[in-house]
Amino acid sequence: MILNPEYECMNTESLRVLQFARLKNLLERVYDNVPFYRQKIDEKGITVADIRSLQDIAKLPFTTKDDLRQTYPYGLLAVPQSEIVEIHMSSGTTGIPVVNAYTKSDMDQWTEGMGRTLAAAGATRNDTIQNAYGYGLFTGGLGVHYGTQRVGATVIPVSSGNTEKQLMLMRDFKSTIFTCTPSYAMYMAEQAAEMGIDVKSLPVKAGCFGAEPWSENMRKEIEKAWNIKAYDIYGLTEITGPGVAFECEAQHGMHFNEDMWYPEIIDPVTGEPLPDGEKGELVITTILKEGTPLIRYRTRDITYIIPEKCSCGRTTRRIHRLFGRTDDLLIIRGVNVFPSQIEHALIEIQGVQPNYVILVDRSQKTHLDEVELHVEVNAEQFSDETKGMEALRGKIESVLKSKLGIAVKVKLVEPMSIERSIGKAKRVIDKRKI
Amino acid sequence: MKIKQISIFLENTAGRIADVTRILKNGEVNLRAIMIADTADFGILRIITDDSDKALNVLKEAKFTTRTTDVLAVSIKDSVGALHDVLSLFEKNSVNIEYLYASLEKTGDRAVIIFKVEDAERGMKLIEDNGLNTIDTF
Repeated sequence: MILNPEYECMNTESLRVLQFARLKNLLERVYDNVPFYRQKIDEKGITVADIRSLQDIAKLPFTTKDDLRQTYPYGLLAVPQSEIVEIHMSSGTTGIPVVNAYTKSDMDQWTEGMGRTLAAAGATRNDTIQNAYGYGLFTGGLGVHYGTQRVGATVIPVSSGNTEKQLMLMRDFKSTIFTCTPSYAMYMAEQAAEMGIDVKSLPVKAGCFGAEPWSENMRKEIEKAWNIKAYDIYGLTEITGPGVAFECEAQHGMHFNEDMWYPEIIDPVTGEPLPDGEKGELVITTILKEGTPLIRYRTRDITYIIPEKCSCGRTTRRIHRLFGRTDDLLIIRGVNVFPSQIEHALIEIQGVQPNYVILVDRSQKTHLDEVELHVEVNAEQFSDETKGMEALRGKIESVLKSKLGIAVKVKLVEPMSIERSIGKAKRVIDKRKI
Repeated sequence: MKIKQISIFLENTAGRIADVTRILKNGEVNLRAIMIADTADFGILRIITDDSDKALNVLKEAKFTTRTTDVLAVSIKDSVGALHDVLSLFEKNSVNIEYLYASLEKTGDRAVIIFKVEDAERGMKLIEDNGLNTIDTF
């Protein structure tokens, strides 16, 4: 179902006019209210008046994740703080979170984006949506929650984890749609099988899965295991959270809610804009956002825009399933992890520049991501006793668990056993087949 | 006298112990005692040699992670209950033993046992005060 045909099926010409008007309005707002952007625009030697068409957006400066960290917590606020009604954030590489501050209107946009997402997966007021994304600062849980309110469905805010309870609620409350990371969907199906429950017999008909990379193959597996339709969804905290782009019943690319968030694809090296259909880095401008609007935010996600009309009737352009990232960000079980975070933690424990390698794989059995960290032992830390070494290993594991929020298996290895490379060290071996 | 034991961190991979013995052989270092403590992922090889300085040098050159520890090499009679008597002595005097192993040394009717105790000074004094001998050179 199309939640909002007025915008989702708007003719392309009118949509471009609307986007341009919203862009101009945004530029005036940030130039007047955000010193950070005023300086950036001035440094480019342009004025807001120089932006005369949507194509002129390429003249504007980029915003990076680093900019967001440097302006933590409220440096990018474009409205008085009294207008802010909610805050969300995601962890950053240095421990400084990346913040999104929402006004009432921003909350409405988010709700709208997520409402469209759920409606496209078939959600109506007659549905019961079991939301197994984590609730809290993470945008996944509450983002989906707000969307369920827009479509008028019944929401079960069960949050992540506790598979047995998830399955019980699904059965007892007849959940028709569920939302979680794709790997958790696979995991749940297998746990259910072990408990003697056939998930195919549950009333679930669809699932919205995102927050981590997954493949077409994995979609097929989930759909087969659950006998449901599995929809890919896209979003990020900095922009709004989930609800930025979503798949429709055609399951061929994700419709971008471009009346609210304007997408561009650029060459990640030169920064030059690329035409629709060409693969590059996704850049988003939050043309309607009030609280912490972003101009040309570099997502680091690699995709391309599918410009052809979709069979579903929506006119919004689609982005292809993500191909990967331009940086070394690892998304592990939905959690963002930068190798540098692991490095910082090791420096704290070892007191020296560590030599390490991170191995990521997806378990064939559970379909969950597993991380193994190999750390070279240095002479200062080498204890003559196995219990001393086991204590060191345990300490690294517990520090990483608390800093990253994921379990990492640590293996102590001999000095010089990790391959040295000339130039940038290869710190990550990602063996996941996505 | 306390003697120097060399501990070497080893990954549990095939041929790693042989790598150590090869280096010692090439360095013309003779092994007097050897013992390994292992876990699923790694092991700690402990050795006593006839020349610990030289052994340390050749191992460090080969980039092994090493550490030296003071241990006691106690010469005891090779007879029933002799080791038990030493252990009882430690027990009565609350000297904690972290680990022990037998050396390759055997002269006549005596055996040499290597003890790693919590407090090496106190352990040594206890041994010597009770008429037992520690060995300082092999």
